[in-house]
Amino acid sequence: MVTATPRTRAPRRVRSRAASAALHATLLAAATTAVLPVAWVVLTSLKPRGAWQSSRIELFHDPSLDNYAHVLGSTSFLTWFANSLIVAGGTTAVALITAATTGYALSRFRFPGMRPLLWMLLVTQMFPVAILIVPLYNVLSTLGLINSHLGLILTYLTIAVPFSAWMLRGTFDTIPVEIDEAGRMDGLSPLGTFWRLILPLARPGLAVVAFYAFITAWGEVAYATAFLTTDATSTLAVGLGQFVGQQKAEWGMLSAASVLIAAPAAAVFLAVQRHLVAGLSAGSTKS
Amino acid sequence: MTTTLPTVRGAASPAPPRRPRRGGSGPLRRALATHAYAWILAAPVVIVTTVIIGIPFARGLYLSLTNATEATVGRTIGMNEIPATYTFVGADNYLAILSGETGAFWPRLAWTLVWTVVCIGAHYGLGLGLALLLNRPLRGRAAYRVAMVLPWAVPPFVTAFTWRFLFNQDYGVFNAALRGVGLPAVAWLNDPLTAKIAVICVNVWVGVPFMMLALLGGLQSIPAEHYEAARVDGASAWQRFVHITLPGLRPVSAPVVLLGTIWTFNQFPVIYLVTGGGPGDSTELLVTYAYRMAFEGIRDYSGSAAYGMLILLLLVAMAVVYQRALRRGGTAW
Repeated sequence: MVTATPRTRAPRRVRSRAASAALHATLLAAATTAVLPVAWVVLTSLKPRGAWQSSRIELFHDPSLDNYAHVLGSTSFLTWFANSLIVAGGTTAVALITAATTGYALSRFRFPGMRPLLWMLLVTQMFPVAILIVPLYNVLSTLGLINSHLGLILTYLTIAVPFSAWMLRGTFDTIPVEIDEAGRMDGLSPLGTFWRLILPLARPGLAVVAFYAFITAWGEVAYATAFLTTDATSTLAVGLGQFVGQQKAEWGMLSAASVLIAAPAAAVFLAVQRHLVAGLSAGSTKS
Repeated sequence: MTTTLPTVRGAASPAPPRRPRRGGSGPLRRALATHAYAWILAAPVVIVTTVIIGIPFARGLYLSLTNATEATVGRTIGMNEIPATYTFVGADNYLAILSGETGAFWPRLAWTLVWTVVCIGAHYGLGLGLALLLNRPLRGRAAYRVAMVLPWAVPPFVTAFTWRFLFNQDYGVFNAALRGVGLPAVAWLNDPLTAKIAVICVNVWVGVPFMMLALLGGLQSIPAEHYEAARVDGASAWQRFVHITLPGLRPVSAPVVLLGTIWTFNQFPVIYLVTGGGPGDSTELLVTYAYRMAFEGIRDYSGSAAYGMLILLLLVAMAVVYQRALRRGGTAW
């Protein structure tokens, strides 16, 4: 390797005008590619009903909320929305409660059975839907839980719990052990330390995991399609499928429904995305 | 706005030391007491995973060794209880699948591998490229980043419907653009080749943001002094990239590539909702095919379970090989 070449290039941080333009052009192109499909759907949703069938590209012409009115007024959208809320909320609550203590144990104690537990958490994340879906279907139908929200919540826990426990372990690892020790000095039991000192400090990590569990259950398709059979129990993922018949899809309604579903999720997501990645890499680089 | 992701903790971070406890009688008793706490704390997940993953998994394994189909499982029709009539058939399902007799396993596997390699290559390449660009000081960085993360924020089924709309033959935006410049419209989702290209495009669009953000976090955890030192030594930009950036990214790249591979290999909504596996079954992945076996036509529960087991075996084998390779390469992850 060359060690002492005289430096001839210009000092860094000073970019030529052309390089700067190229950089911004590339980033702008990437950002446009990311945003455009979403923007297109938003625009479509604001057109009058049936206007999506125009083959002309035009930005705006008679914006209207017809599609929204129709989706909210004459379809089961609100029922599906409520069903999705119940299922995703239930999944989140149970996943958080069960995963938090386990994450703490894995972070703070070395105990027999710890390594197998860690491996199990990792391997269960590799399970494709195809492995569990049939036996789960059988088990749930034996218990009479097909077409029920409870059954679907139980199903989603198979996805949410291992991942949440794994990630929360990473979160707890970032909280200094000295805090546990201080709690011990003050006469708190390990459980007391966990509850009163560690959990409040882990709030950002808990928020991220809660969000992950929620969004996973909110967007899941395969299990929901297989396990829910009636309109009254359908979640959004299943219900929306009805707008897309094989022959003729109702894209106007579909686009309005898509905006109604994606907007709140996207807003929360964009607010927490930075923590999400930090938590993810903290969780996944450990073994 | 500065974007400081907390430094990613390396694999070598020491486990917290076991703390001596005050009081208690013997070391054995103390150990038991500590372990009891740990076990009690870990119990919820152990119980939940055993019940909702372990039991179905065991049952799935058993099913894969039987000839259970819709016609042979027990069921209730009205008042009548029809008992199950399926029997244990050993490895028959596996042999039938691996010999190509049922399920078109090998062609499915070939396409699934192409799909996975192309998607992950594009995710990583584009993600790294964009992360490098975003890691430079520049105006509007936060805005660019938020815009580029957007695809990750859209629920998968909404993404799938969105792209189906964009690819629509008559009203889709791509064909409108083609017609606009005087070219004939393309039946994107009705031809095996263009359908494959289309689903890959969708999945690349979906997956790049995750890679980009994770790698951006990794880039920001590489100490700036390394670059300073290299520049003093006269290393070119390319040399700095190869000798500092890539090795520095390894602790982040290794797990996200593995995770990404698993997710892509098992990608369900994009295929199922954009093309439905079609035209014919040309875009069907192993996973969507196994799903279809179990829930469409004559429901072949045992065949689907065997298919699923084979998928899991492939993934576990891949994860083991991958980790071995990393160990040999010096990154104990």
